Amino acid sequence: MLNVDSVSKKFGRFPALNGASFVAPQGGFISLLGPSGSGKTTLLRILGGLEFADSGHVRFADLNWLDMPARTRNAGFVFQQYALFRHMTVAQNIAFGLKVRPRASRPSASEIQRRVKDLLDLVQLPGLEKRYPSQLSGGQRQRVALARALAIEPRMLLLDEPFGALDAKVRKELRADLRRIHDHAGVTTVFVTHDQEEAFAVADLVAVMKEGRIEQYGAPADVKRNPKTPFVSEFLSV
Amino acid sequence: MTLSTREIRKRAFVKPSEDPLWLKALLGAVAIGFIAILLLLPLVLVFKEAFAQGLEGFWRAVADDDTLASVWLSLTAAAIAVPLNTLFGIAAAWCVAKFDFPGKAFLVTLIDLPFSVSPVVSGLVYVLVFGMQGWLGKSLADHDIRILFALPGIVLATIFVTFPFVARELIPLMQDQGRDEEEAAATLGASGLGTFLRVTLPNIKWGLLYSVLLCNARALGEFGAVAVVSGHIRGVTNTMPLHVELLYNNYDYVGAFAVSALLAMLAVLTLALKSLLEWRYADELAAIHRRH
Repeated sequence: MLNVDSVSKKFGRFPALNGASFVAPQGGFISLLGPSGSGKTTLLRILGGLEFADSGHVRFADLNWLDMPARTRNAGFVFQQYALFRHMTVAQNIAFGLKVRPRASRPSASEIQRRVKDLLDLVQLPGLEKRYPSQLSGGQRQRVALARALAIEPRMLLLDEPFGALDAKVRKELRADLRRIHDHAGVTTVFVTHDQEEAFAVADLVAVMKEGRIEQYGAPADVKRNPKTPFVSEFLSV
Repeated sequence: MTLSTREIRKRAFVKPSEDPLWLKALLGAVAIGFIAILLLLPLVLVFKEAFAQGLEGFWRAVADDDTLASVWLSLTAAAIAVPLNTLFGIAAAWCVAKFDFPGKAFLVTLIDLPFSVSPVVSGLVYVLVFGMQGWLGKSLADHDIRILFALPGIVLATIFVTFPFVARELIPLMQDQGRDEEEAAATLGASGLGTFLRVTLPNIKWGLLYSVLLCNARALGEFGAVAVVSGHIRGVTNTMPLHVELLYNNYDYVGAFAVSALLAMLAVLTLALKSLLEWRYADELAAIHRRH
């Protein structure tokens, strides 16, 4: 279970998160939906350990999630601008999280190679091991980034507007693939987007955010049918 | 005005970004002439004067004990100053580019200080601090520690003057590359040191190499600040540039230009090394610099 309990965060005097709370089942697929500045990315980055909450708690899989540093959370993060290691090949990018493990838990070179190949098959980029990120299209780069995040067998998968920089057709393909991969791996997934169609199409649970709070939270169909506040109904009607 | 079809076609095929041939030729000639007169000609003259009495005269000047001592001293000072400034530059750039903290703008200004202060002034500052009449002069003398008119003073002055080279080159580079890759590395389980060695360093290594070479060239060539703190003791505290001045003032032109030629050769060697590395690793460079 993922239990986010009144998490707050200020940047200087600007409150980015204002007591955001939600509860999601293990293995769920949650979308954080909202306009820019609603705090969705900040919440995601706090879950990934890239920002620190001023107050609030997160419990996940019986762990005090916020007390753990990013590197021990084992939470795969996918960035909007891919953030691939530009000096490494596709295979080296995907293998990174395995190669930096301490010797005792590091898989053998042949095992890593096999995993890289499996992951490239999973994200439908077979045979691209030796390419550099600069030789790939945007959609391909994001697939590599997804494979890299999955390589560590994450406890949690966090995606920050992963398809924001891509065109509509590629977005739709990747969205379907992401859902398929989630169902296959069963990993708890939090997905940030400002695109409601995307949020509703892909997630089990949607959290609509406004000014650092969660305005409404529930299954896509419920949120769509019964918007609880004027803000939600207005946001969904655009 | 009427134009023939041929003329229209000809005009249509001139790219808007293309300039007429005469302009390109003129600008090219100006640039080449400028470089030839201001950069190449002096370099050629240095070598011509150095070999004015033939190869033998050059060797006699170079093999002089005081000259060899000055070469050794310059290389030693650079060998200490450059690694220290490399470490400092990486640390400062890492700090400025990857973290936010109050006083950051002030720190960047401080790093720039040695570029804006005249080297002579920075040398004088060291005299004020470490000299016999200075703040620390008395206690240093009591403990028999020599800073001025000795290697430590020369190294300190060199460090001060070449302080900004590495940091100045790396800060914009690292800011431009952002923090995304480091963040990604952290979420994938890499430690701070692991992230630096596997992600940050490979991304900055070309800028780092370039700035270290520049820093080295400047360290070997530094005159003003070192002149103030060295004391000009022939064969003991004279670096190569100081030795050139001394020989020149003593009307030993062959000697002065021979040492100058050595300095120039070190500079050319540095540039050759840089070009060689760029050529050798052209593919990798292209992969790093191509925009995402």
